[in-house]
Amino acid sequence: MINLTVNGKSVSVPEGATILDAARKLNVKIPTLCHLENIHKTGSCRICMVEVEGARTLQASCVTPASEGMVVRTNTERVRESRKIMYELILSDHPKDCLSCSRNKSCELQAVGEIIQADESSYEGEKSKEYIDESSPSIVRDAAKCILCRRCVTICNEVQGVGILNAQDRGFASAISAGGKTLLGQAACTNCGQCTVVCPVNALHEKDSTQDVWAALANPAKTVVVQTAPAIRAALGEEFGYEAGTLVTGKMASALRDMGFDHVFDTNFAADLTIIEEGTEFLNRIVGMLYQKGAISAKKIDELGLHRNVNATIPMITSCSPGWIKFIEHYYPGQLGNVSSCKSPHMMLGALAKSYFAEKIGVRPEDMYVVSIMPCTAKKYEITRPEMVNGGVANVDAVLTTRELARMIKEAGINFEKLADGGFDSPLGLSSGAADIFGSTGGVMEAALRTVYELVTGRQLPFDKLHVAPIAGFERIKTAELVIENAKEEWAFLNGVAVKVAVTSGLVGAGILMNEIKDGESLYLFIEVMGCPGGCINGGGQPRPRDEKAKEKRMAALYREDEGKKIRKSHENPDIVKIYEEFLGKPLGHTSHELLHTTYTVRGRHGAAN
Amino acid sequence: MSNNETQCGCCEINENEKFSLLRQTIEKYEAKESNLIQILHMAQAIFGYLPENVLITIADEMNLSMSRIQGVVSFYSLFSTQPKGKHTIKVCLGTACYVRGGSKIVERIKELLEIDVGETTKDMTFSLEVMRCIGACGLAPAIAIDDTVYKRVNPNKLRQILAQYE
Repeated sequence: MINLTVNGKSVSVPEGATILDAARKLNVKIPTLCHLENIHKTGSCRICMVEVEGARTLQASCVTPASEGMVVRTNTERVRESRKIMYELILSDHPKDCLSCSRNKSCELQAVGEIIQADESSYEGEKSKEYIDESSPSIVRDAAKCILCRRCVTICNEVQGVGILNAQDRGFASAISAGGKTLLGQAACTNCGQCTVVCPVNALHEKDSTQDVWAALANPAKTVVVQTAPAIRAALGEEFGYEAGTLVTGKMASALRDMGFDHVFDTNFAADLTIIEEGTEFLNRIVGMLYQKGAISAKKIDELGLHRNVNATIPMITSCSPGWIKFIEHYYPGQLGNVSSCKSPHMMLGALAKSYFAEKIGVRPEDMYVVSIMPCTAKKYEITRPEMVNGGVANVDAVLTTRELARMIKEAGINFEKLADGGFDSPLGLSSGAADIFGSTGGVMEAALRTVYELVTGRQLPFDKLHVAPIAGFERIKTAELVIENAKEEWAFLNGVAVKVAVTSGLVGAGILMNEIKDGESLYLFIEVMGCPGGCINGGGQPRPRDEKAKEKRMAALYREDEGKKIRKSHENPDIVKIYEEFLGKPLGHTSHELLHTTYTVRGRHGAAN
Repeated sequence: MSNNETQCGCCEINENEKFSLLRQTIEKYEAKESNLIQILHMAQAIFGYLPENVLITIADEMNLSMSRIQGVVSFYSLFSTQPKGKHTIKVCLGTACYVRGGSKIVERIKELLEIDVGETTKDMTFSLEVMRCIGACGLAPAIAIDDTVYKRVNPNKLRQILAQYE
């Protein structure tokens, strides 16, 4: 341990801790701006300067290691003056249109200003070039707002390993961009939106869809249907002051109804459906692989009602995360054959709303408007894909992030805290606990295993509370192995097969697993990939966390929601059973193929501009 | 390989040979990101400048994004994404040369060649750059054309100097 004093108080911190860590331990608040715990430490903004006895100049507390006997002062005239100058210099090149800025009152620059008590900017001078890049369907870049903190650069390069956003040019001309004349919409950007979560100001934000949704709600000719992703219920509350991890499922449904949506559905229903389709596809691929090896006969495949798939590729990889899909299309197109052909759950629900449900209520698909509330910015891009259309009508018309939904609820004058708990509408609203955990890394795999294992063996998945513990949590790559024993008679040929699975979240891990497949060294039969670190609970469209443990708390909330349900397995959802009876026929059948499955596109690794 | 480092001879080799030379260079530097600046230097020596297709090749071979490479290229004024003329004129605007009329020299050259700083003449003969101190303060104002330094340059004599290169 290292002993030092901060403002005259003694404190001990472990080796490697910074002055900022030591101050925090003493509850001494040092304002910071570019610093982002565990992610971004560069000391570039110079707001967190402190006085260290014996040092000639002030030191950036976020990057200066604490050392034995150090005497630190954070509240001297010199420190306060320096902060003020740094802050006013940043302000001198920042637009002061706070009242009309969508980050008003959630802006970190503003919040720091409150601590620093800066005067009206005393520096007047040249301004950086103003431009707004709206070329991406997901992310808007407003260069004038940028304070060059480089958090987005770190998250895009180091955390996601994509490297689209980088500092270009130098000195006053410095700007963060996709490089050269490349616009964000042309770059090989995955639209994951992690940059919009870490941006302290409004320089990076999701493309606004609230106006489109208000317009649809005001249009009497439209039947407006809404659906909510699993991860929304565990995070939306944070926008209304609730602690991270508070489940607001009931209030969310009530708020949507009060906003004027005609039907409030749950993407979770389609998550259950995904498990049936994807689970069947997985078995189909395994059987196809055995068929290729001559291990089972064509007759056997016909008996199981599966396809004689001579091109089956293993491992199969999940397809729910559109950021991940765009990543593989750009960077590992050779592995696209491994990706499940299932559309993501909200696209499935959109396709069913405009077919199965529209027919039920006698509405023409073109008169229906489907809105998806997603923790994700890439979903905004996904709905623009040409594959996501059936009968000339888009499956989903608009995507709102969790943050946008919160803004709309506030705009509608709804007192969220006071709302009574509502529920989802039938027939696309009922879901099992397996669907809830789709929002968290490891959840899709666990949900799939709960169903596939039971289908093959007739027994429940042999894990405590049905949780496959080795694939839960925030590690980059998690693996598990399940050996099939005592399978049901028709699946007896699978006895002894070791189902090795891998789960990753964040695109760096995805890259590692794809390289293994590329090199023929992958050990797995099934891989789950979620584009954002931790999965959708930490998606690019989620509330910007005020709590360092927000990810963990949201994840725990989804597991709570799962455990609180009577039905915990997708195949036991009675409305799923019903939709196959009434409409879809069988998994991977003709109707499923038309509505619920998709194809992928090979894209260059340098995007459209190059 | 080592020959090419000191004497590029690139005028004599064709595009394909240039790209194969570039790939060899990247391989020699083990495609390490920490060697990127050196690789870009070599690439500029081979091609004369850093056009987009060269940057794409570097990005692919080094498994880096274009944006990352463009970030480095745009940071250092020594790198150019525009083609260079046969001869590069560097006008010194270091303190000594500046006070002795360096900026007048720049203005005169701009007039004579009808180009701005950082540009190249239409016939690809001259590129114009400005430098901060070329270490010839005692000879101020100085300019350098390729490897030749001209001392105490009189703006009125510039036409004669340039004529030697046309």
